[in-house]
Amino acid sequence: MTTILGNFNLDVPFLLHYLFNPPGIVWHGLWLTISISVIAQTIAVILGFVVALARMSKPALLRGWAALFIWSWRGTPLLVQLLLVYTGIAAAGIYRYPDITVGPFLLSGPMQAALFTLSFNEAAYMAEIFRAAIQSIDRGQYDAARAIGMRRSTAMRWIILPQALRIVIPPLGNDFTLMIKGTALLSIIGLRELFGTMENINAATFRTFELFFVAAVWYLILTSVMTLIQRRVEARLSRHELPAERRFREGLLSRSLLSGQR
Amino acid sequence: MAASDAGLVQVVDVHKSFGRLEVLRGVSMTVGRGEVVCLIGPSGSGKTTLVRCINHLERIDAGRILVAGESVGYRERNGRLVEESDAIIAARRQNIGMVFQRFNLFPHLTALENVSVGPLRVLRRGRGEVYVEAKELLSSVGLADKFDSYPAQLSGGQQQRVAIARALAMHPAVMLFDEPTSALDPETVGEVLDVMRKLAKGGMTMIVVTHEMGFAREVADRIIMMDEGIVVEEGGADEIFARPEMERTKAFLRAIL
Repeated sequence: MTTILGNFNLDVPFLLHYLFNPPGIVWHGLWLTISISVIAQTIAVILGFVVALARMSKPALLRGWAALFIWSWRGTPLLVQLLLVYTGIAAAGIYRYPDITVGPFLLSGPMQAALFTLSFNEAAYMAEIFRAAIQSIDRGQYDAARAIGMRRSTAMRWIILPQALRIVIPPLGNDFTLMIKGTALLSIIGLRELFGTMENINAATFRTFELFFVAAVWYLILTSVMTLIQRRVEARLSRHELPAERRFREGLLSRSLLSGQR
Repeated sequence: MAASDAGLVQVVDVHKSFGRLEVLRGVSMTVGRGEVVCLIGPSGSGKTTLVRCINHLERIDAGRILVAGESVGYRERNGRLVEESDAIIAARRQNIGMVFQRFNLFPHLTALENVSVGPLRVLRRGRGEVYVEAKELLSSVGLADKFDSYPAQLSGGQQQRVAIARALAMHPAVMLFDEPTSALDPETVGEVLDVMRKLAKGGMTMIVVTHEMGFAREVADRIIMMDEGIVVEEGGADEIFARPEMERTKAFLRAIL
């Protein structure tokens, strides 16, 4: 094909083949992308909650530690963190990333570094999301919980947290899509997740546009499915709200400072 | 214990400041078992702070508060008062019900769950018996058809009645009411006052901060008039309303009645 822009080098059958009937290694890469995202996000939610509690606690040392954690992980680029944690630490001889077996799974060195970096990075964001949500709960809820004899931990578990979770879901969903997209960076430390796999195939076939386009489509599918699941969860968690109230809240949240790019 | 002789609730020379503002400047009062006491006075006089101190939602700076003979929030150690642990304060509060001006129902729970959550999660009683009792309580405040409604689906008066049932579910020895009708639409004030009237007739010990002078006059065994952080005057409802002694009380009643 010749146009005024020059010669197109586009193999349409190749593109369609990889889009609709990709070979096994692409499926494997997709599986890695999903599992790394889910595991790292899960660790991040738990760790982030702990950091948020520490950040709001009384002891100055604990609060300071949490602030330092959030400040350092949020203040540096994910790509730099990834290379520092994997390549840097191995180069300095601090930890050489031997393979680890966890039950039936083998965790390779890059996988360990990836899970560590992604979950700790994300935990810093989750901590701030949890803190904002918990602090947004009306003081009267604490008063009422304490007035019926609840201890702090009981009030947190049954009164504050269920309400905070409703507030956390939209930014959490938002962060999870960032997590899915962030895993593409892992190709830099040699992990063959979705994008790493595409890069590998590219090295052999040089069908760069086709392969990267297919990768983009797959990421789009993943994040779209994620958004649908998030809507479901939100609808379930807000079933106690009136329709008008819900629309108002959603209007606010879509403009929330918590959403947006990293 | 000596609680029945000395009074179910004893407040002794309580001082409380928010920053530089001294809200309570040495308040003392005693409420006997089964007694209904109404706290009246202009806003800012310290009534709300006083009832919040009684179940230790606010710390006190000096003085002593005893409910059923037991100190609330503090314990004496080497002659000094030390704040109790979270667990002990929580246990004391189970004995003290509280109803708030703004209801403070738990919005993510139904009316039934609001009433049940205390017995379930604090007293750790079984779900079956807790629900049976919670339904009885809700029925007794006239909400037999609202078990599964969320607070957002209820009117202010209905919400406040759920809040009363929630407090009663813990079987408290005393009920504190902090301006329970001040946030209500005028047409729903009556239904909440009716429930409180019924409660008073049933022998519940009640401390009620209120601006409803008609209710105070009718239901209260005793009226306590507060102003600027001190008790100005106290006495039977008839005495205070018909023959107030203090100039401050007369001026307040003239303004409000």
